Order: sequence, then structure tokens, then C-alpha cells
Amino acid sequence: MLALQILIDGFAISTLFALGALGFTLIFGVSGVLNLAHGGLLVIAAMIAWYVGTSLGYGADWGALAGLAACVAAALLTYLGVVRPIERSRAIPARERELFVLTATLLWGVMIEEALSYAFTNSPVTVKPLIGGTIDLFGVSTPINELLIAAIAWLAMGGLWLLVNRTRIGKRLLAASINPRGLTLLGFELGTIYLIVWLVYGALAGIAGVLLGSFLGSGSGYIPGLTGSAFTIVVLGGLGSVSGTLIAAYIVGYIETVTAYLISPSLRDVPALILLVVVLYVRPQGLLGRR
Amino acid sequence: MLAGILVLLALLPLGANGYILGVLTTAFYFAVFAMSWDLLFGYAGEVNFGPTFLIGLGAYGAGMANALLHAPVPLAILIGAAAAVAGGVALAIPALRLSGPYLGLITLVAVLLLQQAIVIFAGVTGGEIGLSVPDVLSIDSGPNYEYALAFMAASGLVLTVIARSSLGMILQAAGQDRIAAAALGFNVTKHKIMAFAVSALFSGLAGAFLVFYLGTASVSAVVDIAIGVRVIIAAVLGGRRTIIGGAIGAIFLIVAGELLRPIGQLSTFVVALIALTVIVLFPDGLLGLLPARRGS
Repeated sequence: MLALQILIDGFAISTLFALGALGFTLIFGVSGVLNLAHGGLLVIAAMIAWYVGTSLGYGADWGALAGLAACVAAALLTYLGVVRPIERSRAIPARERELFVLTATLLWGVMIEEALSYAFTNSPVTVKPLIGGTIDLFGVSTPINELLIAAIAWLAMGGLWLLVNRTRIGKRLLAASINPRGLTLLGFELGTIYLIVWLVYGALAGIAGVLLGSFLGSGSGYIPGLTGSAFTIVVLGGLGSVSGTLIAAYIVGYIETVTAYLISPSLRDVPALILLVVVLYVRPQGLLGRR
Repeated sequence: MLAGILVLLALLPLGANGYILGVLTTAFYFAVFAMSWDLLFGYAGEVNFGPTFLIGLGAYGAGMANALLHAPVPLAILIGAAAAVAGGVALAIPALRLSGPYLGLITLVAVLLLQQAIVIFAGVTGGEIGLSVPDVLSIDSGPNYEYALAFMAASGLVLTVIARSSLGMILQAAGQDRIAAAALGFNVTKHKIMAFAVSALFSGLAGAFLVFYLGTASVSAVVDIAIGVRVIIAAVLGGRRTIIGGAIGAIFLIVAGELLRPIGQLSTFVVALIALTVIVLFPDGLLGLLPARRGS
């Protein structure tokens, strides 16, 4: 019984982790940016969804849409206002650009955190689920919302796969991740491609943020932890590797769920951190890294 | 000019009240955190996201030595510094194999694990409430201020000398091109471990002093990732690869945060905004704005 419960809960959590970390790895793969304001974007989506849906009373579906739109806008602002000025700055040597992007996005995340707790509240909120009620699944009473979350998350990930593998835009994104200079030489504007990838990233983070908010709750205090989880999953799977991220998300999700159920909920992130240290010592490029 | 500023600062207790001295005392310890971080990042090129791992080891090492073993304050500070150096060498081992974001993550994880360990072993560490130490440096703000100022000046001097010595040069060379530096016959491994040990020594000492100034060691004061972020911001804000820039950035951050306190919750937001603006528009930091350095 407990095993089945762990299996179902772990599946929903892991799927959300995968979706949440996917955008992070996409941005790194295509444009080489590690966005440490990632958690901030997830929480923006959830807080706006909660504000419009619950506080203003427009209902769960309008709330979710508003959250998604806010997250896309925030992702664009992150790129245009923070990341692009650094990438184009002549005063920053190329060797140090990475650290500048890391520091700047970290600061941006702090600003998002403070602004959210000032504008709304700093106590955690729960986004209204799209569908309420529970269903009996092999004898385990499971919220329908939990199943819906897993389904939406998989749909979003499937959509990303189609976009990357079956459309012309996707092929350009792929090409940009392999050889940006080659793509520029073929006459494609790299700036447009980066803009598109940040749009896609915003949408993925928005969906993940709203769903996370309806499953685990959300709040400005969650931001550092969410960024940390995404970073952990992505590095464990191998930076820039999509399938690695998926595998790592399920490993981390199940390890956390098992720890929470069998040992203690307060220790839930410890085993995953230890696993991460071990993996980085033995295999620094992560499970499926391409370095 | 620098000596003049230091003399002025040393004379400050004659005219300033306890509140100003208290703010500056914290800022001076923070300055040492930022300067030690700059030695690792600015010179050795190591992305250390976990300065608070070293600071926390120093702080809790000293605090526990004093509270549990009843070690006198100077001995406790040395024990804390030794714990931090051991931690620094432990961080140096992955740094020899990993670089960039990977090392950054390992150092971040080290902080998280230290934080969890403190909470799990709450019996000896005080857990989330914090560990209060029986002894303090002084109960007066004046002497506390002078201790902090002297410690900051001495640390800044030693770190600057180290950074400008052959060790600093070799670290810079190895940070830019490790293989070339090794090919010139320098023992890169030894120098990197040295850099981590020196940075850890000063971080640990500063953390230990801070505990005996505050009278308590707590996760939110010396281990939390938010503190580490502020250390990094201070060093980059002041001007990286300068050592003294770390001190300027740290004092600026703390004093600005204090001046903005009247606007309440938004003060952190404004400080982060200022730091972000400086980093994006003036990557050489506050020191880079000085006309003398711009020419060089």
C-alpha cells in the first residue's frame, strides 16, 4: 500500500521536477546561460496564478493563463534586461562572462523574491487546482489534480520534443546549440533564435510553476530551493542533455519521496545532495553529459 | 590615502555612537569574507559559490570549542580557523578536477550539507535556534570595533601581499591556462590547494571573530546561502582581482542596506538593483570607477 503510494506520489513529483528543470537545461544547451533566477520565474507564475485565480476570484483556468503569461514576460525581461546586456558588453572579458551571468541572474532572483513578497505576501500560497476531488487508484486515494498535473507536464514535454525535432524553428535551436557560429554563417540571426528559446523557456517555466503551485504550494521563500533543485537535477543528468535531465528528475523525485515517507520529511533533500556529490566526483559531466 | 582612511576609521569611536560602530563592525568582518573570496575567484579563477561553507566551519568550530570544550577565546578562534582550513582543502580536491558551474555546484552543495548537518546534530550545534557562546570579545562597542578594524586591515594586508607575490601570479596563470602554467614547471595542484587553504584560513578566522562579537553562531548569520550570495556580490561589486575591492564592496553593501532600512522590506530589493546595475554597466566594479585605475 505504502509502496503504491510512493510510486504514485513520486511519479507526480518527478514529472514536475522534469518539466521544471527542462527549461533550465534548454537555455543552457542553446545559449550557454545558467539562469539562477529560474526559481523566481517558477514562483512568479504560481503567485500570479494564485492572485488572479483566488485573490481576485477569476477562477483556476484564468489564473493559470495569467500566471503563464506573466512568466513568459518575466523570462523575456530576464533575457533582454539582464542576460543580453552582459553578453554584448565589451567591458567583460569572454572568459568571465559565465560568472557575470551567474552573479547577475542571482541578483535578479533576489530582486524577484523581494518584489513578490512585497507586492503579495511572503507566506506560502496554494494555487487552486484545475480539477478538484480524488479518485481511487488501485486502492490509493489520489487527487485528480495530481494525475492531471502529470498529464499536462508530459503533454508540455511532448510538445517541446515535437518543436525541436519536427519544426524548422526547432532545427535552428538545435543547430544553435551545436555550432552557433556555423548558424550565423548560414545567414540566420542568432539574436532571434535566442529570443525564441527564451520565449519557449518562459512557457515551460510558466506551466511548471503553476502546476508546482497547485501541488506543493508556492511562495517567495521557495525561490532559492527551487533554483537549487533545478540546478541539481540538470547537473546530475548532464548539463545540456534533455534525456539526462528527465532521468535525473525521476531519480531525484523518487529518492526524495522515499526519504520523506520512510525516514523523515525534514531530511528529504539530503540523499539527493549526497548522490550528487558522489556522481560529480566519479563522473563530473553527469549521467549523460556530453563533455 | 589608504593609511589615512584607516587612521580616520580608527579614530571614529571618539565621535560616533554605538549604533554606527556596530554596523561598521559587522561590515569589517564581511569585508574579510569578500577579500578571501576574491583570492579564490579573482586570482585562482575558482567559482566558489560556497564561501559560507568555510565561514560556517570557522564560526561553528570556534563556537563549539568555546561552548562545549570551554576553550578560551583565542584558542577557540584558532580551532575554528583550523576547521575552516580542513574544509578548504576538502573543497580544493574537487576543484582540481572540476571547473566552472560544476565546481560552483559542488561548493553550493557543501553549504547545503553543512546546513543540514547543523540541523541534524542540533544537540551539539544548537540547530536552527543557534549556538550561544559563553564568552565574547568585549561587551563594549568601541573595543569590538577596533578589533574588527585591526583584523580587517591585517587580513587585507596579508591577502594583498599573497596576491601580489609569485603565488598570486602563478594562480592567475593557472586560472587562465592550466596546462600552459604546468608546462612552465609550476606545481599547479600545490598552488591551488594553497589558495583554498589561505582563503579558508581568513574566512574561518573572520567567521570565528564574528561569533565572539555576536555572542552566537546561527545558520542564518554565518551559513545561509543568502549570506554567501552577499559575499560574492560584495567582491564583484567592489572590483574583482583587487582584494581591497572586496572590502569596499562589503562596507558599501552593509552601509547601504542600513541607510535604506527606513524603506523597510524594499531595502534588499534596492541594494540588489544597485549591485545589478553596477555589474551590468561597470563590470570592473566601484574601484573601476576611480579615474586612476581606468588609465592603467
